[in-house]
Amino acid sequence: MGCVESMNYEIVLRDATFKESRDYIRAHFKEHIDVQPGFRVFDVHIIGLPPISIGLEGNFVIFPYTKPCHGTFLLRVEDEAEAARLRKLKK
Amino acid sequence: MTGEASTQPRTALLVLGCPQVPVQTSIALYLINRLKKAGITPVVAGNKAANTLLVVADPDRVYLGEVMDLDRAVARISDGKRDFDSCYVFIHNDAGVSYAATMGAISKGKVVVVVYGEHYEEQVAKIEFPCTIVAAKAVHNPLPLKKALDEAKPWAA
Repeated sequence: MGCVESMNYEIVLRDATFKESRDYIRAHFKEHIDVQPGFRVFDVHIIGLPPISIGLEGNFVIFPYTKPCHGTFLLRVEDEAEAARLRKLKK
Repeated sequence: MTGEASTQPRTALLVLGCPQVPVQTSIALYLINRLKKAGITPVVAGNKAANTLLVVADPDRVYLGEVMDLDRAVARISDGKRDFDSCYVFIHNDAGVSYAATMGAISKGKVVVVVYGEHYEEQVAKIEFPCTIVAAKAVHNPLPLKKALDEAKPWAA
């Protein structure tokens, strides 16, 4: 997951519980997909309790990023190709 | 690897949490010892701080074998490149529960959660996925957690 540091990301939520981050995505993003733990977004394997929600907003992807000492962050990253890839999975 | 010939030694992955609760390093070394005595090869996966605490405490690698970066371990298992017969996940916070659920989803191995800390019951209440739970209120003193492990003997299953 080292690539996260090199991404141009915005932190939507920090030091949240996993449930808080899932509830936030479902409440704030009309478009979202549910995936299983280990699902890869960018080069990040998503950590969490299934189902894990990933938000989509235009070309932005909003996804949970969990670290052992800092809980779960919700990150918002702009990437047209990744947003398109994730949208295809909804169909 | 899970599913390999039965002549292969059994393997166990220890997924470490944030090392801010002191008992983790002590119990991890204890568990490694018990696993090895049971003929199980332990592999440790943690963040840099958690791994370094173990590596420094066991410079001659009397107990420790392979030590992996936690993110790399998750990636390898998720991609189907590696798996373990059992997975022991150390939990004292919400992130620990998330890692345990993830291991349950991506690994074919049996998941055992080792729950500790001041508010261990709050974390146990979040665990709704299939696993063996070993839990005790333990922060600085590892003995309650050691006792819980000795009673459960998850390495013997």
